[in-house]
Amino acid sequence: MKTLTFKGGIHPGDHKSATSQKKIETLKAPERLIIPLQQHIGAPCEPLVSVGDEVKMGQKIAESKAFVSAPVHASVSGKVIGIEPMLHPNGSKVLSVIIENDGKDTLHESVVPKGDLEKLTPKEIIDIIREAGIVGMGGAGFPTHVKLSPPSDKKIEYVIINGAECEPYLTSDHRVMLETPEDVIYGLKAIMKIFGLNKGYIGIEDNKPDAIEVLRKYASQEKGIEIVALKTKYPQGAEKQLIQAITGREVPSGGLPADVGVVVNNIDTCTAIARAIKTGMPLIRRIVTVSGSAVKDPKNYSVRIGTPFHVLFEQSGGFTEEPAKIIMGGPMMGIAQFSVDVPVVKGTSALLAFTKQEAKLWEEKPCIRCGKCVQVCPLHLLPLYMSAYARKDDLEKAEKYHVLDCCECGSCSFICPSKRHLVQSIRLAKQAIIAHRQKN
Amino acid sequence: MNNSRFIVSSSPHIRSEETVSSIMIDVVVALCPALIAAAYFFGFRAFLITAVSVISCVAAEYIWQKACHKPVTINDWSAVVTGVLLAYNMPVTVPLWMPVIGGFFAIIIVKQLFGGLGHNFMNPALAARAFLLASWPTAMTKWIEPFQKIPVLGDVDVVSSATPLAILKGTEAVGQAMPEYWQLFVGQIGGCIGETSVIALLLGAIYLLVRKVINWRIPVTFIATVAIFTFVFGQDGSFAGNALYHVLSGGLILGAFYMATDYVSSPVTPKGQIIMGIGCGIITSVIRLYGGYPEGVSYSILIMNVVTPLIDRYTTPVKYGEVKARA
Repeated sequence: MKTLTFKGGIHPGDHKSATSQKKIETLKAPERLIIPLQQHIGAPCEPLVSVGDEVKMGQKIAESKAFVSAPVHASVSGKVIGIEPMLHPNGSKVLSVIIENDGKDTLHESVVPKGDLEKLTPKEIIDIIREAGIVGMGGAGFPTHVKLSPPSDKKIEYVIINGAECEPYLTSDHRVMLETPEDVIYGLKAIMKIFGLNKGYIGIEDNKPDAIEVLRKYASQEKGIEIVALKTKYPQGAEKQLIQAITGREVPSGGLPADVGVVVNNIDTCTAIARAIKTGMPLIRRIVTVSGSAVKDPKNYSVRIGTPFHVLFEQSGGFTEEPAKIIMGGPMMGIAQFSVDVPVVKGTSALLAFTKQEAKLWEEKPCIRCGKCVQVCPLHLLPLYMSAYARKDDLEKAEKYHVLDCCECGSCSFICPSKRHLVQSIRLAKQAIIAHRQKN
Repeated sequence: MNNSRFIVSSSPHIRSEETVSSIMIDVVVALCPALIAAAYFFGFRAFLITAVSVISCVAAEYIWQKACHKPVTINDWSAVVTGVLLAYNMPVTVPLWMPVIGGFFAIIIVKQLFGGLGHNFMNPALAARAFLLASWPTAMTKWIEPFQKIPVLGDVDVVSSATPLAILKGTEAVGQAMPEYWQLFVGQIGGCIGETSVIALLLGAIYLLVRKVINWRIPVTFIATVAIFTFVFGQDGSFAGNALYHVLSGGLILGAFYMATDYVSSPVTPKGQIIMGIGCGIITSVIRLYGGYPEGVSYSILIMNVVTPLIDRYTTPVKYGEVKARA
C-alpha cells in the first residue's frame, strides 16, 4: 500500500489489538449524570435550566452568546437536581448541571430531522452544527462551527477528515469507521458542501487496513472522496503533520490550517454532524475506548455525555489490580485523572487504567545529548535546548528556540533515554510566556 | 477504588524502554569483536590492559562521587565505555600503571570536573590518550608485530616496530615493506589495541547502526572525507593518493564509528553531524599528510569536540511552518 507521511515521529507499541476487533457497545445511561457547562475551547455556557426542572433528551440546557462557544444538551430525560461546580477531567472545577435520569429517554421536541443535505445552504449547515453543540472530538474540543467559518479572505481548498488515530490504545475512531462508514462520508459531504468543494480526503493509518477498505468501498459510490493511506507513526494524526502528509503544505508558524487552505475534522465529529442533520440529535453521546493494562475486559462504548468514569470501568469488569494511573485520552497526550467520579465530556476519546508496572515513573538522568529528541520532533525543533532553557527560567532563550511552536506531542519525552521531562518543561515555559504576554 | 492514590503526572504517560545504560551496554557489546581480534594478534596482555583500564575508570568515578557526596552513577556503564575506548587507544606494550593514570585522568579531570556525564566537552578517553601521549611519548608509541611474544604481566622490553601509517609517511622504518590490504582489513598489523582490525570494528559498527545507537552521518562523512582528501592530495602527487590505505589503517574506523559519534561531545543537529564528520576528516588528513605525526584521528576529534557547541548553534534545523500563509 502506498502511504504518505511526515518527517520525524516515533513508533510506540500500539496496544490496539485489545479493542480493535470489539464492536461498539451501547452503555446504559446511569442514574445520575454530571454535565459540565464547558466542554470546549471558548466561552463557558450559562445554564438555561434551574434546579428542579424536568428536562428531555436532546434539550439545550446551557449556551453562551459568544461566537467561540458550543451549547450543551441534556443527554437523558429526567430532573435537574443540582447546578454547581464539579470536578472536570481537566483537573479544575467547572459549573455543571446534574441530572437524575428518569430512564425514559423522552425526546425533546427540537430533535427532528433538519432536511435534505442537498437542499441545505452552507449557512444552514453551520447553524445546525452550532446548535447541536458539536466540537472537535479528538480531544481539544474546538467548536466545529468556528472551524468551519474561516475569515472570508481564506480560500479553503482541502477538507481533510482525520482517521489517523495515532495514539496507542485508541480504537474509537477505528470502530466508528468500520461500523458507521456512511455517516462518516455523510459528514464529510456536509463539510464539502459548506465550502463548495467537490474534493474531500479521509486520512487513515495503514494499521487499519479494514477501515481503509470499507471506506474506499463507500467512497467509490460518491464523487471526489479520496481515502488516503498514511504511514503508521505517531503523531500522524496531529493536524499539522496530517496536512503535511496529504497536501505537502506546511501551516505557517503561529497560523491556522485555514492559512494554507485546509480544514481538518475528526471522524466522530463527522458522524455527529451526520446525526445532527439526519435526525436532529445534538451531541449527547460519544464513542469511548476503555483499555489499559489494569482493565479486565477492554471495550469500545457508546456513552452518554455526563456518565461518570467509574461506570465505564465497572461495565468493563473492573480492574485486574488496583490501577496506579487513570488517563483520559491516549497515553501520549491524555490527561491523568485524580478521580474516577468525573464525567465523560465531548472530548473523551478513551479512558485508560494503568497498572503500577505500566505507570512506572522513571528516574531522570542527565541529558547525554544523544540527539534522539531532535530526530523525532515532528516540528524540527531542538527539544533538548528548549527544555534546558525552560528549566533555567530563561524564557527569552527558550522562545528563541521556538518553544511556542511546540505542539506538545510528547515524542521527545517518549524517546529520551535519560527519561528527561522534555515536553513537560517546555509546556511550562509556553504557559509562562503566554501569561507574560497577556499581562503586558 | 481509592481516588487519592492515582499518580497524576503530565503527559506523555509512556516512555521507551531504551535507557542510558542500555545504550552504553550496546556500545560495549559492539566493541567486543575488536577485543577478541586484539587478543588474537597481540596476545592475552590486550585483555589485561583493557580490564585495568575499565576498572580504573569505574573506580575513579566511584571514588570521586563518594568523596563529593554525589549519587554514584557507575551503573550507567558510561565509565566502562570510556575504559574500553581508552585501552583501545594504547599500544599493548604500555606498563600496567599507564591505563590507571589514563583512567583517572579521563574520568576525574575530563568528565567529573566539568559536571559528570553529559557535561564533558571532550571525549574523555581521547583527552586521556592525548595526555598520556604528551607525557610518555615513547611508551605510547611502542608497537609490536602481530603474534610477537610479550609477557602478559611485567614490563615489555622490545624494539618498537612501525605502524603502516608511519611506513607510508616515510618518517620511520624507511623502505620496510607495507602490509597487504587483507592484513589491514583483519588487523594483522602494528597499532593500538583496538584500532587495527577493520573487520571486527565494522561488525560492531553495523550492530550500533542497526540498534540505532549511532547514525551514518558522522562516520560516513568522516571516512569519505579522509578518502577523498588523501586521494586528491596524496603523497604520490595530486589525484594519486592511496585513499584505501588511509581508510584501512590507523585509528580511522575506530575513531569514526566509536569516538567521533560520542553523543556528549558531538553535534545533535543533522547538518551539524555532517560538518563534524567533514571537519574530522579534513583535520585527520592534514595531520597525516603534512603534520609531524603519522596519525591524526584523535586530535581531529578533540578539535571538533571543542567547536561542537558552535556547530549546534549555527545549524539549527528549519522548523516546520517557516512558510508564508497563502492568500
